[in-house]
Amino acid sequence: MAETKGTVFLERRSYRQRRLADLARALPVVGLLLMLIPLLWTQGAEDGTRTSRAIYWIFGVWAVLVCASGLLARGAERDEAAGPQPTRRESGGPPGRPGP
Amino acid sequence: MASLNLLIGVCLVYVAVLFAVAFAAERLAVRGNSHWLGSPLIYTLSLSIYCTAWTFYGAVGYAARSGLEYLTIYIGPSLVMVGWLWGVRKMVRIGRSQRITSIADLLSSRYGKSNLLAIFVTVLAVIGTTPYIALQLQSVTLSFAAFAATDPSVAMPDDSNLTALWVAAGLAFFTVLFGTRNLDANERHHGVVTAIALEAVVKLVALLAVGIFVVWGVGGGVAETMARIDASSLGHWEMASGRWSGLIFLSAAAFLCLPRMFQVLVVENDDESHLRTAVWAFPGYLMLMSLFVMPIAVTGLAMLPEGSNPDLFVLTVPLAEGRTGLAMLSFLGGFSSATSMVIVASIALSTMVSNHVVMPIWLRINGTGAMVSGDVRHVVMLARRLSIVGVLLLGYLYYRVSGGGTALAAIGLISFSGVAQILPALLGGLFWRGATRLGALCGLAVGFALWLWCLFLPSFGADVIVPARVLAEGPFGLAGLRPQALFGIEGIDPLVHGVLWSMLFNACTFFAVSTFTFPSPMERLQGAQFVNVFAHSNTPRGWQGGVAQSEDLMIMSQRILGAGQAQALFRNAAQQQGLPGYLPEPTAEFLQLLEREMSGSVGAATAHAMVSQIVGGASVSVEDLMAVADETAQMMEYSSQLEAKSDELIRTARQLRAANEKLTQLSVQKDAFLSQISHELRTPMTSIRAFSEILRDTDGLTVEERGRYSSIIHDEAIRLTRLLDDLLDLSVLENGQVSLNIRQGRLDEVLDRAVAAVLQGGGIALRRDRAAEAILLETDIDRLSQVFINLIANARKYCDAAQPSLTIAVRQRDRVVTVDFIDNGSGIASDAQEVIFEKFSRIGEGKAGGAGLGLAICREIMTRLYGTVAYLPGQGGAAFRVTLPARALMAAQ
Repeated sequence: MAETKGTVFLERRSYRQRRLADLARALPVVGLLLMLIPLLWTQGAEDGTRTSRAIYWIFGVWAVLVCASGLLARGAERDEAAGPQPTRRESGGPPGRPGP
Repeated sequence: MASLNLLIGVCLVYVAVLFAVAFAAERLAVRGNSHWLGSPLIYTLSLSIYCTAWTFYGAVGYAARSGLEYLTIYIGPSLVMVGWLWGVRKMVRIGRSQRITSIADLLSSRYGKSNLLAIFVTVLAVIGTTPYIALQLQSVTLSFAAFAATDPSVAMPDDSNLTALWVAAGLAFFTVLFGTRNLDANERHHGVVTAIALEAVVKLVALLAVGIFVVWGVGGGVAETMARIDASSLGHWEMASGRWSGLIFLSAAAFLCLPRMFQVLVVENDDESHLRTAVWAFPGYLMLMSLFVMPIAVTGLAMLPEGSNPDLFVLTVPLAEGRTGLAMLSFLGGFSSATSMVIVASIALSTMVSNHVVMPIWLRINGTGAMVSGDVRHVVMLARRLSIVGVLLLGYLYYRVSGGGTALAAIGLISFSGVAQILPALLGGLFWRGATRLGALCGLAVGFALWLWCLFLPSFGADVIVPARVLAEGPFGLAGLRPQALFGIEGIDPLVHGVLWSMLFNACTFFAVSTFTFPSPMERLQGAQFVNVFAHSNTPRGWQGGVAQSEDLMIMSQRILGAGQAQALFRNAAQQQGLPGYLPEPTAEFLQLLEREMSGSVGAATAHAMVSQIVGGASVSVEDLMAVADETAQMMEYSSQLEAKSDELIRTARQLRAANEKLTQLSVQKDAFLSQISHELRTPMTSIRAFSEILRDTDGLTVEERGRYSSIIHDEAIRLTRLLDDLLDLSVLENGQVSLNIRQGRLDEVLDRAVAAVLQGGGIALRRDRAAEAILLETDIDRLSQVFINLIANARKYCDAAQPSLTIAVRQRDRVVTVDFIDNGSGIASDAQEVIFEKFSRIGEGKAGGAGLGLAICREIMTRLYGTVAYLPGQGGAAFRVTLPARALMAAQ
């Protein structure tokens, strides 16, 4: 029984690792969308969105991106130290690009 | 007030410190203590050469002119790094596994090691980087001028070109000193990277210090500063949406394509795991660098008189507040930004120029190419140094021609859009196996041409290169070809316009041409390698080894890698092949390794060309492709070959073992024979000696005694003679030297003669069947009777029955005659039956003292007569069967 438990534990770890990698891949996409939100703001020298608010938004998103990618990279690193990293999935290109 | 001389002094001291740091770092790296140098922190800081003088001075100016748009330049690279799993990691892995030296090398390697493409990318990169270097020169020149303006003791020369020239010359000297110390770009410039990391810290600290001073020292806190920003002319969101998204894309593209970024990101990467730190730390660095830009810009706009250059606010705001120390720090920050960019960019460009332009030309001019005597390394070094000087000279010329008055950010963006033309070919090469060399070339050419026309040439200003009339009305009055309104579509921002059209046409041409052309085998191999770099990180076999001369290769690689390194490489390879000395077999694997090592020094295309000059051309056959495509089959074939070989070895070993056993047996037999012979000879000799001594020494012997002794001596002499005769006979028979006397005779007569010879005195009863014996033979009658005599004599001697009798039975069946001699004694024990035909084998204590050669002789005789003699067990006594072959029978019987 002990052996079976060990196997389950390892699979679970590599599964979580892959999901973390998925999250890391999604992060820049989410970040880009958030960074493009200023395009929707009202424009103009008089009634445009105030610059201080723009600064808070952009730097806020930026800081969140930095922290999130830092946490993800740290997490992946810890997992990698604990077990081998799956290499099968990494050969694909981004979506929308013609595959090999 | 700060004196200009003090400033120059500080600059020189700073440069000296940088040089000392670089020198110490290289010393540490040589000693192997590079774990600290190779840390992820240093790697991340070295990436910060992305932040040049454009960022340090230009970002504030940019913000003062266009508000928050400056952030796009830093958001793009941040997103690229955060999304490292998409592309950056793959680029780094490929760079490491293929020993890529530059972005041009990457594209050339990917598209079948094409040098034409490498040259194209190099030219594009040089032209694209030129405005960028001009930007650095301009910023340093401006900052000197800003300081000089506050120093009444020094009259700044009116001609700022002179300052720029001095700055350019100083930077060139510094870069040559720093960057061309070692040749192999993949040995990594530890010193440069460490110095750059230090500069990264200096510029961050300087900008943060000015920012903190502005927010808390001048502005009075965060809230007040924010309120002041909102109240200023930049207080509201005003953004051309095309520029916001377009510039984010452009900066992301440039981050991947800029030669200097490729240098620090890929080439100088010590360890892939450093990326894990860089993916969050680098965006964090960029964020900190841009954090205080807006407050400084707003403060500068409010504080300084109208018409001041906003690009210098970082410097002029502290100066205006009388903070000379802070201004000095700020100046050092800007100086750091400019120098680090120029150093790395010119190292990267000089590598590209020397590897892809100078070396191929040099090889072609020196016809015999790689085989010329002398050290190629000097040529490479010289090429790099001249390239560095050339690149800086071009930057200076751009500065002169453009007049030095343009906004820093505008210059930088021209540069960005130029190198971004590489992006389609780069991404296509990394992710699409269908991308071809021709597609990449066409895409680059179209994009480059459009960039030149729409962005680069107009960037000098109207009437400098492009006449104002052409700008306004198009060449030859063709309105559809106006540089800033292609196809007559007006109203787009000139930069977005140029980027949009050039990138669009570039990418479309690339995909279209790639789709309709067919890649060469080498391209397909490399394409598979690059696209699937994570699946298999080893290279395909490109070389047909065996023709190459190892010694020639050694001579060549010594000149490129240096004698020590080349010898170590060859020695290791030879050892791995199990060969002594320094010359390995030029196998495909070895040539591959050699080419890759050399490509670290001179680039993939040149290394490929050099090896092919000696080997006689790399050929990629369909077989090669299939072999690569199906490595499993290859492995299986190889292992089955091994298996066959090992089977053969096992068989040979078995045969050898058998031969060895036989030889050992023969040796044992020979020893036994010799000892038997000496024993047999010794016995009669002993009695002969004894009795002859008695006869000689004893007086008074009776006649009777003398007679008896003499007859003993005589008998023993006869026995010796007989023994020697037998031995001689056996040896003659065994050597096949016997001459047979074939004649006709009757079997019964032969038997009669034999019986008569042995049984003169009776002693054994004889039973014969005369009727069966009436057979006519044609054989050596005398030899046959010798066999019979021997067998009958044996029976008479050894038959131990009370009334001995011997039956001679003759039988003829299937034209084979058998003659059996059967006595009624106790026979021969079964274990002795096997050895009775061996020499000197005797059973029991012989009554008649035979030498034990009789049966051995019989067997030899019968073998010569093509018959056999064998013991016949189970006949109630000792029985021997003599078999005569059919040929001995008379056909006419």
